Amino acid sequence: MASWPLLSFTTFLPLAGVALILLFCRGNTPDVVRNVRYVALWTTVITFVLSLFIWFNFDPRNPGYQLVEKAEWIPEFGISYHMGVDGISMLFVILSTFLMPLCILSSWEAVQTRVKEYMIAFLVLETLMVGMFCALDFVLFYMFFEGVLIPMFLIIGVWGGARRVYAAFKFFLYTLLGSVLMLLAILAMYFAAGTTDIPTITATHFPRNMQLWLWLAFFASFAVKVPMWPVHTWLPDAHVEAPTAGSVILAGVLLKMGGYGFLRFNIPMLPEATEYFAPLVYTLSIVAVIYTSLVALAQEDMKKLIAYSSVAHMGFVTIGMFALNQQGIEGSIFTMLSHGIVSGALFLCVGVVYDRLHTREIARYGGLVKNMPKYAVVFLFMTMASVGLPGTSGFVGEFLVLLGAFRDNTWVAFLAATGMVLGAAYALWLFRRVVYGKLVKPDVRAMFDLNTREVAIFLPLIAVVLWMGVYPNTFLNVTSASVGQLIQTYQTKLAAAQGGADVSVAAR
Amino acid sequence: MTAVFPDIWPALPEIFLACAGMALLLIGVFRGDGFTRPIGYMTMVALLLAAILTMGYGTGRVVTFNGLFVMDAFGVFMKVLILVAASLSVLLALGFNEREKMARFEFPVLMLFATLGMLMMVSANDLISLYVGLETQSLALYVIAAFRRDSAKSSEAGLKYFVLGSLSSGMLLYGASMVYGFAGTTSFDKIAALFAGGAHPSVGVIIGLVFVTAGLAFKISAVPFHMWTPDVYEGAPTPVTAFFAAAPKVAAIALFTRLLIEPFGHLAHQWQQIIIVSSILSMSLGAFAAITQSNIKRLMAYSSIGHVGYALVGLASGTQEGVRGVLIYMAVYVVMNIGTFAVILCMKQQGRMVEEIKDLAGLSRTNPMLAGAMAVFMFSMAGIPPMAGFFSKLYVFLAAIEAQLYTLAVIGVLTSVVGAYYYLRIIKIMYFDEPVEAFDKIGDDGMTGILIATGLFTLLFFVVPAPILNYAAAAAASLFAG
Repeated sequence: MASWPLLSFTTFLPLAGVALILLFCRGNTPDVVRNVRYVALWTTVITFVLSLFIWFNFDPRNPGYQLVEKAEWIPEFGISYHMGVDGISMLFVILSTFLMPLCILSSWEAVQTRVKEYMIAFLVLETLMVGMFCALDFVLFYMFFEGVLIPMFLIIGVWGGARRVYAAFKFFLYTLLGSVLMLLAILAMYFAAGTTDIPTITATHFPRNMQLWLWLAFFASFAVKVPMWPVHTWLPDAHVEAPTAGSVILAGVLLKMGGYGFLRFNIPMLPEATEYFAPLVYTLSIVAVIYTSLVALAQEDMKKLIAYSSVAHMGFVTIGMFALNQQGIEGSIFTMLSHGIVSGALFLCVGVVYDRLHTREIARYGGLVKNMPKYAVVFLFMTMASVGLPGTSGFVGEFLVLLGAFRDNTWVAFLAATGMVLGAAYALWLFRRVVYGKLVKPDVRAMFDLNTREVAIFLPLIAVVLWMGVYPNTFLNVTSASVGQLIQTYQTKLAAAQGGADVSVAAR
Repeated sequence: MTAVFPDIWPALPEIFLACAGMALLLIGVFRGDGFTRPIGYMTMVALLLAAILTMGYGTGRVVTFNGLFVMDAFGVFMKVLILVAASLSVLLALGFNEREKMARFEFPVLMLFATLGMLMMVSANDLISLYVGLETQSLALYVIAAFRRDSAKSSEAGLKYFVLGSLSSGMLLYGASMVYGFAGTTSFDKIAALFAGGAHPSVGVIIGLVFVTAGLAFKISAVPFHMWTPDVYEGAPTPVTAFFAAAPKVAAIALFTRLLIEPFGHLAHQWQQIIIVSSILSMSLGAFAAITQSNIKRLMAYSSIGHVGYALVGLASGTQEGVRGVLIYMAVYVVMNIGTFAVILCMKQQGRMVEEIKDLAGLSRTNPMLAGAMAVFMFSMAGIPPMAGFFSKLYVFLAAIEAQLYTLAVIGVLTSVVGAYYYLRIIKIMYFDEPVEAFDKIGDDGMTGILIATGLFTLLFFVVPAPILNYAAAAAASLFAG
């Protein structure tokens, strides 16, 4: 089973779907369009099933890279095609493949123009996302990481809302600006280590001064992607203008690429700089948690509100990460997974009403509980998961993050906890304004409840959120060994750098 | 010193091309303009045969013709690139000239002679042969820039190119005479030997070097000697512009590289600052000035200025890795550029050529394949992976980082973000805007073939990049061995 290249299959299977669409679905008749939708759906479903085999073949006790594939690519320069997953990346692969069929389903009726191109863009996007989480070579990683911009740019720009051009350009150029600096850092590391192999570079020691610069270059890229305050401003625009499925992928997976980058590169490769800059990350994250929660309270647009809540949640993620202990990092990974599903579901909830009324203005709605009871239940459930109600996935992640932060710095934990209160405020208030109140507006009254297709989209999401909330061990088991090793790498390198003199810092 | 018959084998492609060119000229004179298409095909065949002869040269450095002519792996790489670019340009021009009723048999023959001059430039090993090659190329190019005689714009472009080109040739010649006056020789090998021992160069040599550099910077349209580029690119007939942007640029960069690395290699710290400044200015001007352009040919002119800036990043590092970066950059650049111009040559509405960027509006609906190819080229020029353009940028920045030119590298990547803006603007117009008017069907098989070949190369370069990278590495090594 492990002998055949499972990761490459999962990564490149969506491209086979693209080939099928390009070769066999010619023309623009309704039949062809339907076929295109089915090809895309089946491709993503099969990819998801295939990715489950990654999980089955994954040994959670092994902290290293598994299912490793390595082939020569550009041997003269020490660049190879190197794929593999560990406890940190494996669940992100599953998250990407899990969300993708739901995105295709959610666009079933919402997207009517240029369906073929739309589906191709999503399938290419899936290949790039999965490849990015599996890549164990810097150049390969960068190719996937940057390549994501191309389909996403087109998705926002072609199928987006009124200000889509502005949003697409802002998204592309912001992200590119961060990434090119990372590219220079990668090149600098290449000369220090003589290879672009990620495991080898992780074992390399860089001088302290160099670490600080490299760390900043990586930070520029990942902070934009996460996004951290104050470079988060592209996110509300991109979210608001992107089509529903685009927002789901953006919030669900693309933001996680930044967090993943911190875990994979900044912390293990540049431990001294990480220690040096941790207060900076704390500060920015706390500002993000509190400030963007307040901004979210003031939003008139549903998608924008959820976009700001994403920034706040990702603030939690970075706090947990830079607490640099087992609970903090595991909590941040868990929060990322949970946020991927919950915010994706919330965007889908917005998409449901947007498809019916074609507005995202909160004030246009009200009283939906009367004529859309099923929708109200789903929306309430996801709002609660976003707030972090015990029993949902949101609680476990945020609890672990706060625990980790508390062990490291009480004040950080205290301020982050106020963010949770604010989070409850804007989420519940949004729910109150949309779902409760009097059902007076005639067009809102005419809206019908969830249809079968929409229920089919939400059911798996609800099931996963409950599963993660009630029995988180399934997921924490996968991550714990690799996170343990990550922290050990970090502390050993830090202790070695300080000559072992200051043990108290290392054992923190 | 007894006269010895020189070893002509290293110069075989040049000799073959010269004979072929004269033969084609004779055929043309006897058969007249009606015979243009066969002459065009024969020109292509001659260029490709010359490329095969060049590849058959093998490796190893040979200096012949009393030290005037040199051939090595670097020369093979650059010459093959030039010949392939030239033959593709001939193919692009053939159909266009017939459609635009400006087909004359001199056109492909002139391109062939220009190419001959370029090969000579690549192999120049003496300031004299450098100048001979450069002028052979330039004179032919002046004529084809003004080839559309009934168009004021084309004549203006030719005249502008001629006047400014002569000025730069004059500067180059003046610089060469300074170098000769103070170094006492025009031979590259002897100049190199002069400074090999770490001898301090006299001021005269430095001034001469500056003048020669300025003259060559004009030829590659590096800032601040770029002013002619947008006007000439816009005014010249489009296939001529495609040719200008590809082959002569490769030749001039090759000559520039050889000149700075071989004879003046020991003076690296003298010319490095010039190249760094010119590179930064070219990248910045190319990125910022292109933003406001509305004519796609002018845009491509600024884009090519920017690309030269990136190639100079590799040259500025002055190392073997840097030269390798330049070689890879030029190879990818030529392919992307010819592909882009093939798209531009398809921009025809209701029987007339259009050149405004806004004419591309909605191309993704009216002609998805053309729009797809253009999108690939634009993403590639912006340096977005996995396109070929990403790898070419990767290797020049690799060299810059290795040579510790951090400021240059940072400025380079930042301007590439600015540059990405205007490339994205073209994609935006093709994909996001509503279609205005579909382009005419061109029905030119040669053009379609070029589009498919260059598009696939740019898109799939990442699958097996190793061969080109290895050839470039070997070519770069040969320059440092001698």
